Amino acid sequence: MAEKRRLLRFTRTERAVHWVHATAFLVLLATGLALYLPSLAELIGRRPLLKDIHVYTAVAWAVAIVAVVLAGDRRSLGRTLREIDVFDRDDRDWLRGRKAPQGRFNAGQKLNAAITVAFAILFAVSGAFLWLGERDTRFRFAQTILIHDWLTQISLVLFLGHLYLAVIHPSTRHALNGMTRGWVDAEWAERHHPKWSRGVPPETR
Amino acid sequence: MTAPEADPRPYGRRAFLALLAGGVSSFAWALPASRIFSPVTSGLSQLFANVLPVGGWRIYTISGSMPVFDPTSWTLTVDGLVERPVTLTYDDLEKLPAAEQVSTFHCVTGWTVRNVRWRGIRLRHILDLAGPLRSAHALRFVSSEHPYEDSLTMEQALLPDVMLALELDGSPLSRPHGAPLRLVIPEMYGYKGVKWLERIEVVAQQPTGFWENLGYDQDAWVGKSNGYG
Repeated sequence: MAEKRRLLRFTRTERAVHWVHATAFLVLLATGLALYLPSLAELIGRRPLLKDIHVYTAVAWAVAIVAVVLAGDRRSLGRTLREIDVFDRDDRDWLRGRKAPQGRFNAGQKLNAAITVAFAILFAVSGAFLWLGERDTRFRFAQTILIHDWLTQISLVLFLGHLYLAVIHPSTRHALNGMTRGWVDAEWAERHHPKWSRGVPPETR
Repeated sequence: MTAPEADPRPYGRRAFLALLAGGVSSFAWALPASRIFSPVTSGLSQLFANVLPVGGWRIYTISGSMPVFDPTSWTLTVDGLVERPVTLTYDDLEKLPAAEQVSTFHCVTGWTVRNVRWRGIRLRHILDLAGPLRSAHALRFVSSEHPYEDSLTMEQALLPDVMLALELDGSPLSRPHGAPLRLVIPEMYGYKGVKWLERIEVVAQQPTGFWENLGYDQDAWVGKSNGYG
């Protein structure tokens, strides 16, 4: 049987950034919900412990992201940033719901990445104000908790959509392979990301 | 590789920067916006009651688990600088003259619940039972969620809408809300409203409470303390 052709979609550094962020997001979401929802708060209790886990996970997230960037393959991260930034005519057509060939990231993935990074910063800023405000009235603003909540609610919707496309939706879930092992099927790439797959030298393993 | 007809545009960074600007500027517009939407969200909060805290309550605790109310053994003690220390059971409290009020609950962390219907006993009735001595100037409220406690001056405690609440919105206080008894003082932020109240000690000098020890204001007037106003 002929070996299937595979293409390397994500470098180890790119995957490390993704999984550091994903792990932190899940821990923060779980502890955050237990702090936020009255029914869960009653069920679980242990508020001081959950608060500590929440805050220290946020700190660990920031440290880990910086560590991966410093120790990893920054050229591949730079390339990713440029690809996310640039929307060509096909990307704009794709966003309007037309069929248009896509690169390594489709336009939706690019938008999702931009939102994720912006939200991470906004979460960190509002979270820092919440933490500081409990200790010093100069950092206490009535709207901080509201903003942190809104970010959570929007992120939850985006996360569920992301999870659906990556794990459940039959035609897109192969993409998960790219994020776990790095490579994707060349045929699949040809269907979903033709502008990218035609440009990469095939890497068979 | 990009042909001129591909017309590349930096939408990625624009989306990122726009979101960042929107998020940072929301420190200016989040409150007015939430007020516009509050009829919707408070309606939702009544629908989902305890499931989603949309425009509703959040439950803050300081210990591993919330105290459990046992009606057969629970008591409220009023002691300290009083003529006759009293110990009241839940039945005793239910027999005292009840009062009702609708007031707004403000939390120092920024959320508010409007039109909360409380039913309970005026604090001054309870104090009259024990008879504070002339040397009494403050009250120390002790929660069975140790080491939570807070205090009021006698003057603050005698404000007309200060209440020891047994019911919230028509039903007995639930466990997260401090069953069976909590202090309500609508003029002040919620951290003054000690939940799971088990003891009122009448004292000469006002002690500092749990959050005051962590930097919160002793007088928690809504809008005029803790950095607001």
